[in-house]
Order: sequence, then structure tokens, then C-alpha cells
Amino acid sequence: MAQALNQALRDAMTDDDSVLVFGEDVGPLGGVFRVTDGLNAEFGDKRCFDTPLAESGIVGLAVGLAMHGMRPVVEMQFDAFAYPAFEQVVSHVAKLRNRTRGALSAPMVIRVPFAGGIGGVEHHCDSSEAYYAHTPGLHVVTPATVADAYGLLRAAIASPDPVVFLEPKKLYWSKEEVDLTRPVPPIGRAQVLREGSDATLIAYGPAVPPALEAAEIAAQDGRSLQVIDVRSIVPFDDETVCKAVRSTGRAVVVAEATGFASVASEIVARVTERCFHHLAAPVRRVVGFDIPYPPPKLEHFQLPSVDRILDAVEDLQWEDS
Amino acid sequence: MKSVIDDLLPTDEPLACISADGTAVLDSQIDRPNDSALLAGYAALVRARRLNDQAYALVRQGRLAVYPSSHGQEACQVAAALALDDEDWLFPTYRDTAAVVARGVDPVEVFVLLKGDWHSGYDPRRHRVAPATTPLATQLLHAVGLAHAAQLRGEKTVAMALCGDGATSEGDFHEALNFAAVFKTPVVFFVQNNEYAISVPLARQSVAPSLAHKGIGYGIPGQRVDGNDLAAVLSVLSSAVAKARAGGGPQLVEAHTYRMQAHTNADDATRYRQDADVEAWLTRDPLTRIETFLRAEGLLDDELAASITAEAEEMAGHIRGGLNTDVPPDYRHLFDHVYAQPTAQLQEQSAVVADELERDTTDPEADL
Repeated sequence: MAQALNQALRDAMTDDDSVLVFGEDVGPLGGVFRVTDGLNAEFGDKRCFDTPLAESGIVGLAVGLAMHGMRPVVEMQFDAFAYPAFEQVVSHVAKLRNRTRGALSAPMVIRVPFAGGIGGVEHHCDSSEAYYAHTPGLHVVTPATVADAYGLLRAAIASPDPVVFLEPKKLYWSKEEVDLTRPVPPIGRAQVLREGSDATLIAYGPAVPPALEAAEIAAQDGRSLQVIDVRSIVPFDDETVCKAVRSTGRAVVVAEATGFASVASEIVARVTERCFHHLAAPVRRVVGFDIPYPPPKLEHFQLPSVDRILDAVEDLQWEDS
Repeated sequence: MKSVIDDLLPTDEPLACISADGTAVLDSQIDRPNDSALLAGYAALVRARRLNDQAYALVRQGRLAVYPSSHGQEACQVAAALALDDEDWLFPTYRDTAAVVARGVDPVEVFVLLKGDWHSGYDPRRHRVAPATTPLATQLLHAVGLAHAAQLRGEKTVAMALCGDGATSEGDFHEALNFAAVFKTPVVFFVQNNEYAISVPLARQSVAPSLAHKGIGYGIPGQRVDGNDLAAVLSVLSSAVAKARAGGGPQLVEAHTYRMQAHTNADDATRYRQDADVEAWLTRDPLTRIETFLRAEGLLDDELAASITAEAEEMAGHIRGGLNTDVPPDYRHLFDHVYAQPTAQLQEQSAVVADELERDTTDPEADL
């Protein structure tokens, strides 16, 4: 996946001179996850450069650059390191178009390596999507597949709106043979990754692989589970998600973030409001506990495991059970 | 031997050109602006004062929801705008209405924010004036980014970023100075030190020898100027803009001035400062000072002063007229400019309001 992201940046920079990549350690080092590997050498210090270590500065700089026609793609290095930039993101990136009734806007991509499962020490594993999703004016997307990593990042860079691009850290090393030029659904569209008729698993980002694995195991036990990758948290694809839930009548939302006031909660609410009469059981959540992200030796308790997903599926008031 | 730091250090005292009573030209390390620049500055200053007075009256009449006055600071406001060329950008705060108007923006459009119709009422691109910011110091980084973009495009644009003394305590102030210095970006950071951040005095904001001294840590030359001396502020800012444009990197200028009125109409300034202080600053009024000087120099007579006043009065009438015609804002603006294209969710929500309005207008007696 990291290579697909790297290729997306390279292709976008080749196609459009206004695309700039900057942040901490993204230059000669190529980023701590090597997503910007080689870009500094290929495009020079004006197109891909290291900044001083200051996240608010990075995002604030991007606002001014975007105001004057540049297309900044900034890296926040780690989820919890992005918080100092939060004021710039919320007060300016998200609102510039609205504040000026469309006269100015701040199209940019804020890349945030997010979520856990990599044995990272504290402040390296937060799932921060709800903060961004709660802020009108931002698009919030997260790829779960290699193809989406490339396609969504290209779409994010081309978007006239600012996009918070959440990269699941534990999927950086996931491998998939794909034709990167193959079209992927645009921002705002969810994707059915696995067809099924008994229940729908709704997941995004790092929660997608365990959802797929759970569906595989369930199939061996005779349960046909559908798996939806939300892909785009904002805008949210009510149509695809609700169509899927109506077809099965049962749903489990799977996400890594803490559950209280979360994106998963929002999905449950939306699905319930729109599909109530199609539901055979309350929509369940398999999410993180409401605790600060735990240290590496305990993090497996926090992550949505295949077992937990399967347990939730079994709780869906099956008439035959 | 002169060290690198000497080139960055501001003077011990704020630079001044004209004495506080307007009667003398001081020995100064700065060039006195030419006569036409001083007269243009004076005319803009008269308009700025009239703008402040008019806005204050409009708040009392309930036509403006709020007005953060720059009364007493008008020399800074006017000089910030006049020091810029057409291609340059101004990044104002909520207190910099007079600077925005001096840059050529229609005051009625500027007041759109303060009367509550929308956040920014003017087209930022047309005048190269960013929308005024309410969070403190955040816009300083935008100025750095915009100037950096201009640099990458080979333009000669300079960004003038305004802030107050309180904003120098914010992280973004420091990040902006550091970024601008590292990238050698043509930005002039202009701090209007008016002694109070709402109610908190400068002594609680910083114990640095001056706010201009804060440039040293970033390798940025700092300068202090008497903010009530129009000639001095014009000269120092013009010179800072010229240095930035010539590739000298960012510049930091601190003007020493005073906010004569409360922070806004919602604030009671008597709770945190003494009348005697305010009265002392009255004797340093920027408008009286330059007017006395121009008259003594024979550059201004009653006739010219009257025509400048009449022109300012005309502007005040234009403002009153503009604010009397209250066009109700269109509800669609709520949803039109959140994203380039409204999302499905916003379209649904827009339809809810449209439906409510439809019911309101087609059947006014529905509730009876």
C-alpha cells in the first residue's frame, strides 16, 4: 500500500506542477513510512520539502499556498501528532470556502497515518476520524485496499475540497497485485467488497481486513456475510450502505476507534433511521473500548478481532439460533 | 565588532519621525515619507477615524452587532495598507477594518461580518485582502504560505500580516516567524501593540524587552516604531516591505500604540485600566499629530482639510446608506459553500429549510 500511495503522489506531481508535498521528514528520508520515497530527488526541493517541526505551521502554510493556487499534500507523520494543527484544520482549512462564500478555498490533502495494530508506543496509534468527520467542510477518506490507496489519493489531490486522508498504518505493508490505472469509485462512494445475504458487516480502513476474515470464517459455518468498505467517511454513502443493509436485514459496524460518539455510532444511527423496518435486529457495533489507546502489549484487546465480529453477528437475533 | 545580532536588534526606543505634539521633525534613523505620501496618509487617516466613529455609532443604533474599534491605532491601520503595492496581500484581523478599507475595500462589504450577514463580505482576490480572522495568529501562517506560493511562481508579491500584542503569545505566531525565516519568505509581520489583549496588559503577555525583540530568536530583523506617528509607521513599513520584496526575507515591525476604546462594545475597559492612562494617550493622538505637522509645514490648509473631511463624511453617508438597506441573506448560502458540490446530506438538509420557508410564505395563517 505504501508503494501505491507513493506512486499516486509521483503521478499527481508529474501531471500537475502545482502539487507540493511537504511535512516532517518527507524530503530526502522519504517519510517515516517511506510514502514520499524518492520524490525529493525526482522533483526537487521546491516540490517536495521538509519543514520545521511544527504541525500547525505545516497546515497553516498549506492554507496560504492553496489560497494562491498551489495544491499542497501534507503529511502529519502520526495521528496524534496532528493535534497541534487542529485549529488550522477546523477553523481555516474546513471553513475557508464557506467563510468567503466560495471566493477562496483551501483544497489540500492532509495525509494522516492513523490507527494501531503496529505495536507503536503511545501517541502513535490514535483513530482520529471522528474529530475530522465532525467538522463540516472536510472530506474524510480512508483506503483499505491497495487499489483504493492509489485511486483515492489521486482523487483526493484532484478534489476541489480539502481531504483528510487517513492511511491505516498496519496496512502500509499489505500487498496486492493491482492495475493502478484501473478506475476506482470516486470519493463519496462505498464499495461492496464481498457479497452475502445473511448480514452486512460495515467497516472502513484497518477494520476491513478482520471483517473480510470474519465473513470467510462465517461462510464455512453457513452464514453468508456481506462486507462493505465505507472508504469515504465524509461524504457518507447512505445509498450503498442502506441498500446493502436492507438486502440482509442485519448489520454490524466494525471500526477500531473508541465507540462513544464515534463514526461507528453515526453509521448505526443513519442505518437505523433509514432502514428500521427492514431490520431484524438492532444494529451492533464492534469498536474500541472507551479508553486511551493502550500500550503495545495490550493493544490486541482494543482492536476489533475476528472473534468479536463473529460474536456480534451471532447476537443478531437469529430465528434459527 | 558588530555581530549578526546587531543587524536583527530593534532600537531601544520606538522610532519616531514627528514629535508627539506635531511641532518638530525628530532626528531619526528613518526617512521621512515624501509630502504627497504624507498627505495621502493623512486623508486615509481622516477616513479611518471617521470609519471608527461611524461604526461606533452604528453599534449603538443596533445596526452592527459588534465593532472592535481601532480608534487611536489608525496610523498603523492606514500605513499597513499604504505600504503595499497592488500585487501584495494584506492579512487582517477583526480589529483591522480601517486597514482593509484603506486598501480599497468598500466599508459596507467589510461590515457584512460585523453586522452578522456573513463571515466575509468582500472578494478577497479582487483587493488581495484575506478575510479577517477571529482566531489569533492563525492568519500569519496563511500569509507565509501565500507569499511562499508567490515566490514559487516567480512573483514579487509581499504579504503583510497583522496581529496584536496578545497574538504574539500564540504558537502560530512563533511557527509563522520560524517558517518564514527558514524559507526566506517575503512577509512583513506587523504587530500593533495596543497594550491590552482584551483586559490583559502587555506585562502579562510578555517580559521580552519589546515584541520586536522576538524576531531575534528566529533570525528575523525586528523594528519598533511609534504607532501614533503616521510618518514613522509609513516609513518603517514601506522600508520593511521593500526589504522583503528585495529578497531580504521576513521582517518584524512592532508599533507602540493604544486602543482608546474598549475591546468591543461588549467590554468594560474601566475594569482593567485607568482613565488617566487613556487621557495621557489622548495627547499623542495620531490624527492631531500629523495634522499639526502638515499645517506647520504649509502642506495642509483649511480648504484642503475641509475637502478631505467632506470626502470622509461622504464615506460615512455611504456606510449608513449601505447598512440601512438590509437585504436578508439567502438561506441557500448555508449549504452552497460548504463543499464545491453539496453532498447528498446537505441537499437533504437544504430541502428541509426550503420546505419550512415555503410553508411560512404560502400560508401565513397556518398557525392560527
